[in-house]
Amino acid sequence: MEIGRRSFLSFIIGGAAGTAISPLPWKLIDDSSIWSQNWPWTPVPPDGEYSQSNSVCTLCPGGCGITVRKVDDRAVKIEGMKGHPVNDGGICVMGLSGLQLLYGPTRVKTPLKRAGKRGEGKWEKISWDEAISDVTKKLAEIRSKGESHAVGSIVNSDSGTVPNLFKRFLTAYGSPNFMTMPSMQDSYNMTMLLMQGVSAQVGFDAENADFILSFGSGIIDGWGSPVRMFKANSAWKVNGKKVVQIESRLSNTAAKSDKWIPIKPGTEAALALGIANVIIMESLYNRENIESQSGFDAFKELVLNEYSTDNVSSITGINSATIVSLAKNFAQASKPLAICGKGQGSTPGSLNEFMAVHALNALVGNINKEGGVWAVSESDYIKWPELEMDSIAESGMQKERIDGAGSEYPHAKSLLNRLAEVINSGDGSLGALFVSDANPLYSMPDSKALNTAFDSIPFVVSFSSYMDETASNSDLILPNHVYLERYEDVPTPGGLQKNVIGLTKPVVTPQFNTKNVGDSIILIAKALGGSIADAFPWDSYDACLKETLGDKWDVLEENGFWSDSDSKVATGEFNFYPDAMKSLSSFSSVSIEGSTISYPLVLIPYDSIRLANGYIGDPPFVIKTVEDTVLKGKTACVEINPKTGKELGLTEGRYAFIHTPRGKAKVKVHLYEGIMPGIVALPRGLGHTAYDKYLAGKGCNFNELIGPAEDPISGLDAAWGIRARLTKI
Amino acid sequence: MSIQDDKAKEVSADGAAGPIILFFILGLAASLVFGWVIFPKLLYSQKKQPIDFNHVLHVEAVDEGCESCHFFREDGSFSGIPELAQCVDCHEEAQGEDPNEVKFVEEYVANGREVPWLVYARQPDCVFFSHVAHVKEAEMDCGTCHGHIGESEHSRVYEENRITGYSRDIWGKNISGLKKHTWERMKMDDCAECHATKEIKTDVETLPWPINWLPLPYKKQTGNQASVTTVKEACFVCHK
Repeated sequence: MEIGRRSFLSFIIGGAAGTAISPLPWKLIDDSSIWSQNWPWTPVPPDGEYSQSNSVCTLCPGGCGITVRKVDDRAVKIEGMKGHPVNDGGICVMGLSGLQLLYGPTRVKTPLKRAGKRGEGKWEKISWDEAISDVTKKLAEIRSKGESHAVGSIVNSDSGTVPNLFKRFLTAYGSPNFMTMPSMQDSYNMTMLLMQGVSAQVGFDAENADFILSFGSGIIDGWGSPVRMFKANSAWKVNGKKVVQIESRLSNTAAKSDKWIPIKPGTEAALALGIANVIIMESLYNRENIESQSGFDAFKELVLNEYSTDNVSSITGINSATIVSLAKNFAQASKPLAICGKGQGSTPGSLNEFMAVHALNALVGNINKEGGVWAVSESDYIKWPELEMDSIAESGMQKERIDGAGSEYPHAKSLLNRLAEVINSGDGSLGALFVSDANPLYSMPDSKALNTAFDSIPFVVSFSSYMDETASNSDLILPNHVYLERYEDVPTPGGLQKNVIGLTKPVVTPQFNTKNVGDSIILIAKALGGSIADAFPWDSYDACLKETLGDKWDVLEENGFWSDSDSKVATGEFNFYPDAMKSLSSFSSVSIEGSTISYPLVLIPYDSIRLANGYIGDPPFVIKTVEDTVLKGKTACVEINPKTGKELGLTEGRYAFIHTPRGKAKVKVHLYEGIMPGIVALPRGLGHTAYDKYLAGKGCNFNELIGPAEDPISGLDAAWGIRARLTKI
Repeated sequence: MSIQDDKAKEVSADGAAGPIILFFILGLAASLVFGWVIFPKLLYSQKKQPIDFNHVLHVEAVDEGCESCHFFREDGSFSGIPELAQCVDCHEEAQGEDPNEVKFVEEYVANGREVPWLVYARQPDCVFFSHVAHVKEAEMDCGTCHGHIGESEHSRVYEENRITGYSRDIWGKNISGLKKHTWERMKMDDCAECHATKEIKTDVETLPWPINWLPLPYKKQTGNQASVTTVKEACFVCHK
C-alpha cells in the first residue's frame, strides 16, 4: 500500500472531521474566553471585602437615595436606594455613572493657583495653607478699603448648610451679594409668595393626580426630581391616568403623553388663561369656594375680557375646539394637576406663565389637596445663632445688591442673569467672587458675556471638584470633595410634597488633596478673625453639620434620609389676581431678541435625560448614550421641520451655521416632523470647552447663542428662545 | 488522450480508494480518541483535597443535616465551607484513630491554620449567588445543585482546568457538556434553565421605612414574578 499525498490529505480531513465532532474545539473556545477574562493585565478591581453604603446623589437637585457597592474602600457600583421616599430603588443614567466623576480624569486634585493668563490652563500646585492665606489676604485687603460689598458668591441654591455658610460668611464679611444659580424653583417660589402669600417651596402630589396638564415640563426629560417623575409617569400609564403635553416640539415626554398639543412657543400663559376662560364660562369650578377668594373677580374679568377661546386660539395657534375640550377634561378630572417649567426647568421662565398655571390649579381647587399642588414649608433645621456684625459688615450689608434683587426687583432673592450686563455696562463691579457647586460660565445664558464680565473681576475663586469652565477661568481653585467623599445635607428636593432631608455621606475616603468646601469657608472666616471668625464657632464643617441637624443626625446617618411624617403646609391667603398679573391684560409673550428680517427662524432649546446641563457635565458613559440625531461626531444637530428644510434648501445631514444675535455655531441639520415649521431646536448640555476630552469640544453650547430676557415682574430670566438664521455651508 | 491511458487511470484510482478511506477513518478515529479521551486528561490537573473528608460520618453525627455545618448567618449570608473555628468545637483533639482526623488535628488545629479546601463549586468573581434566596425562599434542596455530596465517604479528586483555573464541576464531568441531572453542571445556562421555566415566589416587598404617604408606585405588588432573569435589570441580579 502506497501512502501518498492523497492518503495524507485524507488523514487530515478525517482528523478534522473527527475533531469537529469531538468536544475539543468547543470546550477550548469556552475555556479560552474565560482565560482571556482572567489575563493579569485585564483591568479588574482588586478583590476585597464587599460592603454597601447608603448616601444621597447630588449630581442634580433631585435628591435620590443611592446605595454604593464597595470592595474595600473602592466604590464599584451606584444603585438607587430601595425604600427611599424620592426614588425607591430607581436611578438615572447620570447617577449610575457617578463613579466616573469620582475616579475620572477631570478632578482637581489639589489646590491650584493660576500661573499663566486666566483661562490659559497653566496652574501651580499649592498647599491648603497657602490657598487659604491667599484668599484671606485678598479679602482682608478689599475689606480694609471699605469695599466689602464688592465680594460676591455664586452657589447652586440657597438652601442647605453649605449655601448658608456662604451666606453667613458674606453677611459677617459685609456683602449682600450672595447669588444663586437660577431655576424654575425661583419662579415657583415667587408665585407662592405673590399668590399664596407664603414663603414656601412648591410640591406636586404627582403620584395621586389623575390628569396631568404639562406646559412644556419635561416629565421624563429630567424635570423636577427625575427618577421620581419617571416612576410617577410609569404609574400613570399603568393606572390609566392622562397626561397632556403642551409643547412646540415632540419631546420624549410629548411622545409618551396621551395627547400632545403643539403650541407657538412663549404663549403658554395665554393658553392657561384660555383654559381658565372656558372653566369660568362653563361654571366648571366650585363657585362657593372659589368666588370668595380674593382677587377672583379681577381675575375673572381679565380672563373673560381678554382670553376668549378665539383670542387664545389666535395667540397660541391651537384651535378653539381643542382648547375647550382640554379645559373640560381638565376641570372634570377628579384630581387634575397643572405643571410648568420648560424642559428640565433649568431656566426660571416667565412669571406670568407660572401664575396663570397656578391659577388653573386654584380654579379646580387642588391647592394643598391630594393629587394637587402643595405649598411646602421650607426646611427649618438650620438654626444658627444670630451673628454679630461689625461696623464694616453693617455698612456693607446696607449697600444694594449688584444684581438688583431686592431693590429694582423687590421680590427677587438673586438675579444672576443680570450680573453680566451690570458689570459689562459699568454699572457695578466686583472685587472678588466665590463660585461653588456651580458652573455659571457654561450654564448661564449668554455665557460669553458673563465670561467678559468675569475678566473684569480681579479675583475669582472656584471651589469646584472638577476642571469645569468656571474653574478653568478662575485665579484660585480650592477643590471640594466630590459627593461620594463628603458629608452634606440635601434639603427637600424641588417638587416633593413632603419634607425629606437627605444626607450625603463619605462612601470612600477622599481620593485627592481636597477639602470640604464648608471647611474651606470656616478656615477662611477664622483666618480673617474678629467678628467674622466669631460667626463660625464650629471646629469643622462636619461638627457644624452634626450640630445643625441635631436629633435628626442619627436617623440620617443610619437611613440616609429623614422625612416628615405629616406634611408641613404653609398656609396663607390665596390671591387670584396679584398686582403682578396686571401685565397680562395686554398679552404679549416675553419678547425674544432679534429682528424677524435678519433672523426669520426661532431657536429654542430642548433637554434630554442623557444630557446634563448644570454644574456637572456628562461623564463618558452618559455622553456615549446620546443619539446620532442629537450629536453626530463632534457636531450638534439642530432639528428643523422638513418644510423649513425645503424652504432653506437644507437636507438631512447637511452642515450649516446657526446665527443668533448673540453668536454663531456650526451645526448639522436633522429634519424632524416633530417640530413646528419655522422653529429650530438645539439640545442643551453640549459644547463644553472644559472637563475632559470625552466631553469637551462636542457640539455647541446653547447658552452661547441665547441672551437673557428679563421678566418685567420677577427680573428672572424669562427667555424661552431667540431669533435665528440658518445658513448653508 | 488515448483510451489506454484512461483505463490505466481508472485502475490506479480504484487502487488508491482503499487507503484513502482507511486514512480518513484513521484520522477520524485518532482525533475522536484525542478529543474525547486524551484531551480531557490533558485539560484537567488532578488535585487531592488536603484532608479526605467523610460526609456520611459527619451527617450521622449532626442533627440539622447540611445546615449544621454549612449554615446561614443571622444576616442571611451563607457561611459556605466551615472555617477551622467551627471544626474545633468537636475536633479540638482527635476523636478517633482515622489517620485523616489525626492529620487534621496535628497539622491544622494544633497550628491554628485554616484548611485550604479546594472548592468544587467556586464560581468566577463576577457571579453573585445568593444561597438564602434559593434554599430558604425557593425551598430548594442543596442536592439540586451540589448533588449527593452529603452521601460521600471520601473527598473526590479536585480537577482543575489548566486554562481557566476553575473546577471541572462547573463545566461538568461529561466533557461533551451534556448532563443527566441538575447538579452535574454549574454554568450560566444551567442557572438559566431553571429560571426560564420556573416561577419564583416573591412575597410583598415591604419598604423598610414607614412612608405611607407615598402611594403607587411605591407600594409593591404581591404576586408571582415570572423569573428573576426576565425582569428589568435582570443581568445585575447575578452580575454585579
